[in-house]
Amino acid sequence: MAEISFSNLSKNYGSIEVLRNINLYIKDGEFIVLVGPSGCGKSTLLRLIAGLETITGGEISIGSQIVNDLEPRDRDLSMIFQSYALYPHMDVARNMGFSLEIRKENKDKRQSLVAKAAKTLGLEDYLDRLPKALSGGQRQRVAMGRAIVRKPRAFLFDEPLSNLDAALRIGMRFEIAKLHQKLGATMIYVTHDQVEAMTLADRIVVMNAGEIEQVGTPIDLYEQPQTLFVAKFIGSPSMNIVPASQSDDGIELPGGKTVKPGGWSKNLNPVQLGFRPEHLSLVEIGKADCTGKAIVTEHLGSDTFVYVDVKGWDPVIVRQRGNSNIQSGTELGISFDTSRLYMFAKDGKTIRGTDT
Amino acid sequence: MTTLSITHSKRIVASLARTLALACYVVFALFPIYWLGKIALTPSKELFKNGTAWWPDSTTFEHFTTVVLHTDFLVFFQNSMIVSVSTAFFVTLFASAAGYAFSRFQFRGKNIAIFVMLLTQMFPLLMLIAPIYRIVSGLGLHNSLTSLIIVYTAFNIPFATFLMQSFFDGIPRDLEDAAMIDGCTRFQALRRIVFPLTLPGMAATLGFVFTAAWSELLFALMLIDSNEKMTFPSGLLNFVSKFGVDWGQMMAAGILALIPSCLFFIFIQRYLVQGLTSGAVKG
Repeated sequence: MAEISFSNLSKNYGSIEVLRNINLYIKDGEFIVLVGPSGCGKSTLLRLIAGLETITGGEISIGSQIVNDLEPRDRDLSMIFQSYALYPHMDVARNMGFSLEIRKENKDKRQSLVAKAAKTLGLEDYLDRLPKALSGGQRQRVAMGRAIVRKPRAFLFDEPLSNLDAALRIGMRFEIAKLHQKLGATMIYVTHDQVEAMTLADRIVVMNAGEIEQVGTPIDLYEQPQTLFVAKFIGSPSMNIVPASQSDDGIELPGGKTVKPGGWSKNLNPVQLGFRPEHLSLVEIGKADCTGKAIVTEHLGSDTFVYVDVKGWDPVIVRQRGNSNIQSGTELGISFDTSRLYMFAKDGKTIRGTDT
Repeated sequence: MTTLSITHSKRIVASLARTLALACYVVFALFPIYWLGKIALTPSKELFKNGTAWWPDSTTFEHFTTVVLHTDFLVFFQNSMIVSVSTAFFVTLFASAAGYAFSRFQFRGKNIAIFVMLLTQMFPLLMLIAPIYRIVSGLGLHNSLTSLIIVYTAFNIPFATFLMQSFFDGIPRDLEDAAMIDGCTRFQALRRIVFPLTLPGMAATLGFVFTAAWSELLFALMLIDSNEKMTFPSGLLNFVSKFGVDWGQMMAAGILALIPSCLFFIFIQRYLVQGLTSGAVKG
């Protein structure tokens, strides 16, 4: 078990800067999720922690030890890969016990540790199979078994669920959460799936173009995104973003009305306005802040997503609880929860109102 | 019902046509070997009597016994064995190391090295014979098996390197990364994870180079003069004399020379098949 910290970390490939100015402190036992679009540098950061890539500048420390120049095998970490990376010529038991074999642990100890891990993961019946005789979910379980057998200082996950189908992914997500509770180990998890990030993380690190955009608990990021990027990235379906122009009474809406977001004052000059689908309500046209036509409705059973075409805006998504029976083409009135409106400045930063 | 039986019979016809085409190809490919065997078994007296009959009136093993007991065949065979096995061994060793480096590392001059290796494949061998003869003589290696081993190794390394590189490219890097995180050094990861997985590739390279060296004639003719250093392909020409060709013995020697290649391929065959079908990671 260990805390991990980065200070002023950077990584270049030749003249291409992949990561810059990364500062982060990860507490012992914390579940941190690195999330961001492809190419944002999250996997590179994970590989830097593992020692599979060398850093260009700054420092990484694990526990109280600076590990910049330490070989991967001396860092005492476990990593779980998207491709599972099981050794194809070894059976499941040997795959799981390989790290112990390399460390020359005696056979009895190896077998008992492998058996214990296999029991935790429900793999007892597969120990003598080769990886090619296992399903995707089973392979990922073996990869997890290989990681836990050694009791490392921290676990690194590199998009471990991306190769699994949707149902299996949810099951394995639950397994990983259980594993974290049981082991209480530091875990760093890379994903581009914001639902995985929200459900698993103690804290989420949102990355964009080689930099940390925001760090916070899932609810922090959802309720108080500091930038437009985070606002759009966190939440599913993502936040509606529309252009904003300001008048004396607030922000102008299509149809002539204005709306005053919480903490609004005249000198804020936002260029964009954001609101989540769940913070909109459909009301009678007379009482509405603005109106539009329903284009498409998606029925999920528990919720209905209505895509509304509001003049001058991209389609706005409205979330309705339960099964809402709205036909496409229907004229709808939209009302805003003004305390849940987000304003964004030209530089992409969230504008904080005076009273928030 | 009729449409169903029509498609059914169509399928049978198609399958028959496929089998027939394959059979034609196999007959075409194997016919010279059949002819080799036929002549090797025909007594010398009957060779020119029967014309192109499918099978001689009487058969004999006398050519085989003569070749083995009364000619230098065993010496040729031994020389070929030494040259081919050594060449296959050295080429596979160097090509594996080079292929791994090309596959896994970025280094200065990598592209130039690859280009130069490709370049060596572009010249016809005939152009290179004279300079190589001069070099070998200059080094005092003329008429030695060592000269053949060196020349064959040099000529086979580029292609074998590309072959091995593609095998290493097929082994996901994640496996080595996982091994290094599990506690291996890079060399241990290579030895314990990558090496066992590349065995099929190495077997293919060994087989390819062995066969190439086994049947090489041009350099063998050029660099070797004496009978006791000759390899099998040049030795075979000994059966041609001023007064005639001893077809029976030549063919018998040919049959015997096929045996090592066949045995070698039977031995590596399972690695070749395994190499094409092993699913390393996803799936």
